Amino acid sequence: MSLFSHRTHARLKSSTAPSASSWQSGTGNALHRRTVIPPWFINTASLILMGLLVLLSLSIGVADFSWSGILQSLLTQSANSDSSLLLVSRIPRTIAIILTGIAMAVAGMIIQVVLKNRFVEPSMVGATQSAALGLLVVSLLFPASALIVKMGVATIAAVFGMMLFMLLIHRIPPTDFLMIPLIGIVFGGIIEAVTTFIAYQTESLQMLSVWQFGDFSGVLAGRYELLWLTGGLCVLAYIIADKLTIVGLGDNIALNLGISKRQVTWIGVGMVAMMSAVVVLTVGMIPFIGLVVPNIVSRLMGDKLRRSLPAVALLGASAVLLCDIIGRSIRYPFEVPVATIFGVVGTVLFLWLLLRAPAEQ
Amino acid sequence: MFSSTKLTSTKTGATKTSTAIDNSSSADGQYSAAAQGQLAKLWAWIAAHPKSIAAIILLISMTLFMTLNVNGYWDFALPLRGKKLLALIVVGYAIGVSTLLFQTLTHNPILTPSLLGFDSLYVLLQSLLVFFLGAISFTSLDPIAKFTLEIVLMFGASLLLFKLLFSKSSQDLTRLILVGVIFGVLFRSLSALIARLINPDDFVVVQSASYAQFNTVNPQLLGISLFICVITAIFVWRWRYQCDVLMLGQAQAVNLGINYQRLAFGLLTVIAVLVATATALVGPVTFFGLLVCALTNRIARHMYHTERLILVSLVAMICLVLGQTIFEQVLDMAGVLSVVIELAGGLMFLALIFMSQRRSL
Repeated sequence: MSLFSHRTHARLKSSTAPSASSWQSGTGNALHRRTVIPPWFINTASLILMGLLVLLSLSIGVADFSWSGILQSLLTQSANSDSSLLLVSRIPRTIAIILTGIAMAVAGMIIQVVLKNRFVEPSMVGATQSAALGLLVVSLLFPASALIVKMGVATIAAVFGMMLFMLLIHRIPPTDFLMIPLIGIVFGGIIEAVTTFIAYQTESLQMLSVWQFGDFSGVLAGRYELLWLTGGLCVLAYIIADKLTIVGLGDNIALNLGISKRQVTWIGVGMVAMMSAVVVLTVGMIPFIGLVVPNIVSRLMGDKLRRSLPAVALLGASAVLLCDIIGRSIRYPFEVPVATIFGVVGTVLFLWLLLRAPAEQ
Repeated sequence: MFSSTKLTSTKTGATKTSTAIDNSSSADGQYSAAAQGQLAKLWAWIAAHPKSIAAIILLISMTLFMTLNVNGYWDFALPLRGKKLLALIVVGYAIGVSTLLFQTLTHNPILTPSLLGFDSLYVLLQSLLVFFLGAISFTSLDPIAKFTLEIVLMFGASLLLFKLLFSKSSQDLTRLILVGVIFGVLFRSLSALIARLINPDDFVVVQSASYAQFNTVNPQLLGISLFICVITAIFVWRWRYQCDVLMLGQAQAVNLGINYQRLAFGLLTVIAVLVATATALVGPVTFFGLLVCALTNRIARHMYHTERLILVSLVAMICLVLGQTIFEQVLDMAGVLSVVIELAGGLMFLALIFMSQRRSL
């Protein structure tokens, strides 16, 4: 199978299809490097890393907590303060972090494949901003609507936002691959300005800031369960991974191999919209995860999603866990929201990716 | 804001299509030939005197700004509004001229200092000063001494940023803009992080500096910013012909006897100082400079700096004064102008991008 992908890439390079050359720019190196680090090693290493971070995440917090107390409560089969803290706050928070990280990273990977552009992610195609706009509108018009209704509206808004964006960039040649994230950033900014305007007029800026600023400090048992939906979507992404990979190889190849590009694109857009909507609704926007993590993984393992998606998910979770741990400990006992930490870490990584990527030919 | 845009744009639109209107309506025969001739003459006159027209509109909007809804409380309203008006005029001059000079320096009508993160850099410097000095010594510092310190720091930092941006990626414009935009995001995230790390009291100081507000300006700095405006205006006015030559390109300018290094250094100094002044007064505004420069380039009869420097200042002042009058006095939404300007500017940016895209195709 690896031979196959190697050959397709080589063929793509020689055929100089414009749609593929942009998508490939980051992959060239990865193909060579992949022989050095085997995928199983990366996956195992990310899993171990995530396990360590989970343990750390469970132990850090303001309230008194000790693992010996947990042990005690397990041995005596009775609940004490340690175990209830673990069950009500620490475990839900850690699960929420993991699910968010996985969702944003996988969503980033999907949108990168669908748009055939390395430098996009849900917040750069207007998905998260439109979701926030949808949430604001539905909360203002129907304040009493159920959570699932809000999520549905946010998803639809995100789909519309992404459709509008795809319509906008329709004319841009795919070779101009840095133009698309640039337009995406400005597009997101415009939607955000509209949202802020509405929120300002209706005095609901505070409500809006909850969605615009990713933060896990409000996560308790009973407030994050919607995030499991994104877990399901990630499984779905893994199931259709091969189709996504083929669509990412280029329109002609997809057609040749019998994949309906239109269908896969719509499924991908729908999944990304729903993941963005759920994450914005439950924890708020965390930009740049979906951009940075898939880029790093595909530099290490190439673009075959069946192989790289687990690593993308694991590293996404680890990245958010790490940033949340930093946020909780940097100014102990206060908390810095994860979006702030990742805003710094993510932009530095993105700048590194941009400045080291080869210039356009 | 909108109405002023409309005014200027209809004016330019009319100059271009005046002949077309002439033909079509003479065929209709609805208007008498004499009235039509007069109308065409009026449009021609308007198009030929953009500076005078802009000055008249500015005077009218200034009068409106000072006199609307005063209800007889002149002793209270005049000094308060006078200060605000002065600040808006200073900001208009600073943003307009700095953006225009930056575009001359970089030979590009899409680049602006704020787009490449220069005003976010200033906000970051302010937060860093609060972080290292503490809010008490920061606020108790003599405002003029503090401002001078900030400007010196800003000059050094913006020189570094300029070098960094234009040495690595000057050949690829899209990459340059994207890197600049991401640098802006990074500076903003770093300021947000610093804001979280300091005391809540200090946080207020930082926060008030990092959002654009046109209705609450910093009156302490008015004197020194007026002084800066006069000094920079003298320098820029003396350089105006050299700037015209610089428009031909770096090699041509050197060939024609311009000391490029010195001129570029001088321009960058002026730009850094003006960006610092504008940001200190109202906070960062990403797209305003782009908006007014694009408008100016449409209205101006030719690209000489003698005309465009005056015109861009006038247009920027009109946008701010008339916009603030409309939003504060007519629509009763004092804080909204910055959002509307960002919105219009963002749309203008996308329009410019797509136009240049179409031209290159």
